[in-house]
Amino acid sequence: MIAEIGLAALWLAAALAVLELLGGFLGARDENNELTALVRPAAVMQGVLCGVSFLALVYLFAVTDLSVKLVAANSHSMKPLAFKLSGAWANHEGSMLLWITVMALAGGLIAFIERRLPEKTMMATLGTQAFVGLGFYLFILLASNPFERLSPVPADGNGLNPLLQDMGVSFHPPTLYIGYVGLSVAFSFALGALLTRQVTPEFARVMRPWVLGSWIFLTIGITAGSYWAYYELGWGGWWFWDPVENASLMPWLAATALLHSASVLAARDALRTWTIMLGVVAFSMSMVGTFLVRSGILTSVHAFAVDPERGSFILALLALYIGGALVVFAMRANTIAEGQRFALLSREGALVVNNVALSAILGIVLLGTLYPLLTEAFDVRVSVGPPYFNPVSAIFFLPMLVVLAVGPLLRWRTDNFARIKWPVIAIGVASLVALAVVLVFFDTSVLSLLGMGLSIGVAVASFLPLKGRAIRRVPLAVWGMCIAHFGVALALFGVAADTAFQKERLVAVSPGDTVEVGPWEATLASVSPVAGPNWTAMQGDIFVSYQGGEQTETLPQARSFWAPPGETSEVALVTRWNGQLYVALGNMAEDGRWQLRLWWKPFVTWIWYGGLLIALGGCLALVGRVVSDLRRRKAEQREEAMRTEEAELASA
Amino acid sequence: MRWLLPLLAALMLVQPATAQDRMPPAPYAYTQLDDPELEEQARELMLTLRCLKCQSQSIADSDAPMAGDMRHQVRTRLAAGESPDEIRAWLVSRYGDYVSYEPQVSATTWPLFVIPIVLLLLAGTVLLRRVGKRGSVEDEGEEPA
Repeated sequence: MIAEIGLAALWLAAALAVLELLGGFLGARDENNELTALVRPAAVMQGVLCGVSFLALVYLFAVTDLSVKLVAANSHSMKPLAFKLSGAWANHEGSMLLWITVMALAGGLIAFIERRLPEKTMMATLGTQAFVGLGFYLFILLASNPFERLSPVPADGNGLNPLLQDMGVSFHPPTLYIGYVGLSVAFSFALGALLTRQVTPEFARVMRPWVLGSWIFLTIGITAGSYWAYYELGWGGWWFWDPVENASLMPWLAATALLHSASVLAARDALRTWTIMLGVVAFSMSMVGTFLVRSGILTSVHAFAVDPERGSFILALLALYIGGALVVFAMRANTIAEGQRFALLSREGALVVNNVALSAILGIVLLGTLYPLLTEAFDVRVSVGPPYFNPVSAIFFLPMLVVLAVGPLLRWRTDNFARIKWPVIAIGVASLVALAVVLVFFDTSVLSLLGMGLSIGVAVASFLPLKGRAIRRVPLAVWGMCIAHFGVALALFGVAADTAFQKERLVAVSPGDTVEVGPWEATLASVSPVAGPNWTAMQGDIFVSYQGGEQTETLPQARSFWAPPGETSEVALVTRWNGQLYVALGNMAEDGRWQLRLWWKPFVTWIWYGGLLIALGGCLALVGRVVSDLRRRKAEQREEAMRTEEAELASA
Repeated sequence: MRWLLPLLAALMLVQPATAQDRMPPAPYAYTQLDDPELEEQARELMLTLRCLKCQSQSIADSDAPMAGDMRHQVRTRLAAGESPDEIRAWLVSRYGDYVSYEPQVSATTWPLFVIPIVLLLLAGTVLLRRVGKRGSVEDEGEEPA
């Protein structure tokens, strides 16, 4: 019954999307159309219905209703409840339902609260949102129904891939999806503004919180995903330039560029066409990412679905939406008047460099991700990996960091270098000193060296915009910028330091043996079997100490799951402020000794702290923007009230 | 839960026989070279070689038996005096370009190298055009906002 309610809610939502689509586009032509009044309620109801549908699926997973095909295929009665729940979206159908639910909720929210833009623009925006949504409703209902029943009912389910039975997975996909799909709002706003010729600073101000919000979720999602890969895969890697990772990185790069260019449009009425273009590109990258992950075109942990029918369905949607948006863009771009001009040496100029660099990096990641798929279609298999992505993206990333350091010091419109000479010298000196120290004392690769030098410079630079301001009166959005830029420095330092200084030790040991890795000593006390709800494991009891100090007990496990069968490595991590010790237990060797893998990873945690700070900066900026927008609106209302009062007095 | 323990112990005993019906890992699959310099070279090389049985992982990041065998090959060949480039070439000749994460310029891969250069030129042009406009802002002086 619950499954049928979920499915019915989804069909109803799809029907409402048709109504919203028609009403929206008719309303964009003539806001007095009869359907116009129905558009916003239709959008809100879709959010509610999709929410009901999604909760129905979560409930089916919670009670392990094996008469539902999806539950039987992906769950197991003996799985812990948390993983039963996360199992609802750790599969193709469930994740697509999550996608459309987030999209419907976002659409409902803008329909419910957003009243600043001209009604025609809003109608075009909601119409676009419904148009995009409709494609995904059809995809789910026709090609990936999560509520399909199964007969006969099996005795128990197949279980969930052990790698995915982890708290990281409960958290990671919803976060990423909110980010991915939140960008659909930017896409719809961009097309709405384009169609009704309303590319104004007000449009940028309305769109910006949505971009910021999505970007925050993407940042957290990518950071969490990276940490998950780090501790779950058992070999200490945190970024692989895997196509699935790239699929989440590309929308992030586009959203980062978009939120900076939207700031220029909001503050200075410049970069109009460019902002629209990025709004289209950002969500297009989300859809490309979904295509890569969902079509089964890649073979990777994330690509659960291997079904060409679905792949071609998503590809058709992609072609329709991205192609359609680009056609509209090409037809309308010349109707957008050029915005305000500015000098290269100005805040806008720096943000243009940032945008160009981010777009170029996006282009490289897209190229490196799609090219192997392209050659594979011609039966030539090539691999594009870190040795390509790292140096080639660095060509744009390193200059961008220099601009990131200096840009916030510049004034809008035009500036002269003499004014910011001293702060720039301070940044340069900090970078060069760091560079020299690393160069003299350590033997590292050129990229790590530059990374460490620049990260120190950016760290110093990130708080310079606060100089000369009364700290208490600094707007929240400026704090947000400083903290996010500092986060970039922190993450970059972590990346460079871990790459340059990590120590690795792979050994076979017997109980009682001691091994050294960097400043750490580790002693294996014993190895014993342990059991969990749906796994058994061998657990190592290992005592570690940093520079001969106090001993800490670590308990890494090599786990074996039985439904479905699989092995994972539960690593033990010992975190210090300056890095992490990574202990993984391997198999038993021929001679009865145990394989141990140990890494000392200096400053590795800074990568994720940096990521979280970037997200925190985004949150502060979001709160700051929303609060100041509300204040301004109140002030405008008050002014208007006063004016009418004065007018009344004058006429009296 | 106490009744489970004997069962578990039994499971542990049979597990090696059932799950591990493959060859034992080659000696250098999970053991480092004694010479730290050679081991560093080995690690750098292994990070750029694809584990053919895995999903987007290098052989330095994988538990797969095949990755272990390839690590063994890399380490023993390095120890025997081969250079990392020779080992890569040998692996490529054996498994194809797919095994190397470091694409080489060739008839199939040239766009990977040409397109970034085009992007660089494009970025340069966009910025230069802005420099060209610089004068115009100053000439216009205090134009109305």
